Amino acid sequence: MATTAAPRTRSRDDATPGPMRASHPRANRTFYLFLLPTLVLFTLCITLPAIMGITLSFTNSVGFGEWQFTGLTNYLALFSDPAIRASYAFTIGFALVTVVLVNIVALLLAVGLTAKIRAKVALRAVFVLPMVISGIVIAYVFNFLFSNSLPQVGQTLGISSLETSLLANPNLAWVTIVIVTAWQAIPSALLIYIAGILSIPGEVYEAASMDGASSLRRLSSITLPLLAGYVVINMVIGFKNFLNAYDIIVGLTNGGPGTSTRSVAMTIFTGFTGGDYAYQMANATIFFLIALVLAVIQLRLNRGRSAF
Amino acid sequence: MTAQTLVTTTPAQVAVRRRRRFLGRSGGDRPTWGVTVVLVLCTLAVFVPLYATLSMAFKTTAQSVDGKIFSLPAPFSIDGFVQAWKLTNFPRGFAISVFVTAVTVVGTVVLASFAAYAIARNWDHRFFRWSFFYLLAAMFLPFPVLALSQVKLTGMVGLANPVGVALLHVMFGLSFSVLLFTAFIRGLPEELEESARLDGATTWMVYRHIVFPMMAPMSATVAIFAFLASWNDFMMPSLITADSTLQTLPVLQNIFQTQFSSNYNVAFASYLMAMTPAIVVYLFTQRWVMAGVTQGAIK
Repeated sequence: MATTAAPRTRSRDDATPGPMRASHPRANRTFYLFLLPTLVLFTLCITLPAIMGITLSFTNSVGFGEWQFTGLTNYLALFSDPAIRASYAFTIGFALVTVVLVNIVALLLAVGLTAKIRAKVALRAVFVLPMVISGIVIAYVFNFLFSNSLPQVGQTLGISSLETSLLANPNLAWVTIVIVTAWQAIPSALLIYIAGILSIPGEVYEAASMDGASSLRRLSSITLPLLAGYVVINMVIGFKNFLNAYDIIVGLTNGGPGTSTRSVAMTIFTGFTGGDYAYQMANATIFFLIALVLAVIQLRLNRGRSAF
Repeated sequence: MTAQTLVTTTPAQVAVRRRRRFLGRSGGDRPTWGVTVVLVLCTLAVFVPLYATLSMAFKTTAQSVDGKIFSLPAPFSIDGFVQAWKLTNFPRGFAISVFVTAVTVVGTVVLASFAAYAIARNWDHRFFRWSFFYLLAAMFLPFPVLALSQVKLTGMVGLANPVGVALLHVMFGLSFSVLLFTAFIRGLPEELEESARLDGATTWMVYRHIVFPMMAPMSATVAIFAFLASWNDFMMPSLITADSTLQTLPVLQNIFQTQFSSNYNVAFASYLMAMTPAIVVYLFTQRWVMAGVTQGAIK
């Protein structure tokens, strides 16, 4: 790419008169060499698989051997497939509940961590810690807590719904996934809220204090309204991430009991073994379109704040 | 503009600003004990699972099966670690995890900073501008979307191994890293680079001796995020690496779900060994971790 682009730029620059060249200097050859390896690798590793996946989604490929184009057959079948519908319903429902829970807790913690408190630095470090722990490993830890420790607590306290493992309960297993996902996702939302609160000018609070506003009033009338933009950003980023749920589900329920907690990502991966390779490619393409819509929303929200 | 000022704000500056504000907010700096106590109680949510991991890891198998996470190890036993070390072949798993993570960190910092420098300094060239948006587009392609084709392709070209995992880790981290680096380089003054050029420095020398050293704080942020993403990842190695003896530490933990499911002390010792390196790195690099999250979200 660079070898074709470089000479063209040069010839154009040679043709333009001096002053033009000064205001629009041609790119140095080294700059092309800086960019080229990345572009080539990126095209091979990301763009090529993406094109391949979308193409095969219109075929009857089983992952190997010959295949034929079958038009929209896979897509039409997807929409009437109860397993696919169930996985989307579960994933979107799970992502919605988790994103609300994460943002409420993170916002409350951020308000607390920016108040005048003792041991502020240490407390903040503790609350950020879950972010650096592997999702699958902490899910295995919680798996033990939910299946062995929590039932004991339930028996001691006489709470019948907790006496058996939540992981084996088809109606409640999703709650464990929400809890562990939130445990891991709260730190990044928290840090964004802290940055948001710290960006509110101190003068606003001073003026409010002088007018006799209580700290609760300052929170509801100043902090929360001024954080609205951060709430929206956190919601969109969180929702987008939670749609890809995989590691934590594998560690907790592995999609069960039955298929009650099988996420879209897990369904797509069944394409490796189930023989419906092209079918799951179509599923992945739909999934991509949903991610794309969310990304466009996120970009629109960021506009105005953005440098690009 | 906002992005540049945000990006170049160091945690230290934030701390100064914060301190000034809190002093100004209501005169005295008397801490509120009520809020502190509530927050300390909330830390239990973080500590209980970690305490459970720690205490279970040092129990004997006989003691660990009762599921009582708050009981202290009695007797104190390192038998779990000894067995976990052997069962997971810890030295090999650790070496593979270190390899994948190291390649990812170095690869991400080098490729992303090269690309970002070229893009930021040639923004008025269509080729570089479009390349930027091209690389950025991958932010909207989550791994599950590409997984089926990538597994097939890596298998075809002999990359169904830790090398392929590291390569894909670099590629999936590129968008975010190029974005951070480009914003950072735009905030750097160009005068220094220009005067070096007048003295006859080549683009490579300018990058090597001026730009790269100035980018150190951003490189640290990018490196730490690459480290955490790569070290903790389960999805990509579990799908890409075909040979189970070449798996990274997070993937190796699955043997306790099937074969040794009642040796809880061994499992927890193994979990502890898998999560400790990331916690240690975090303890030493907190401020970059915290700054990085904010920069990534509010670009």
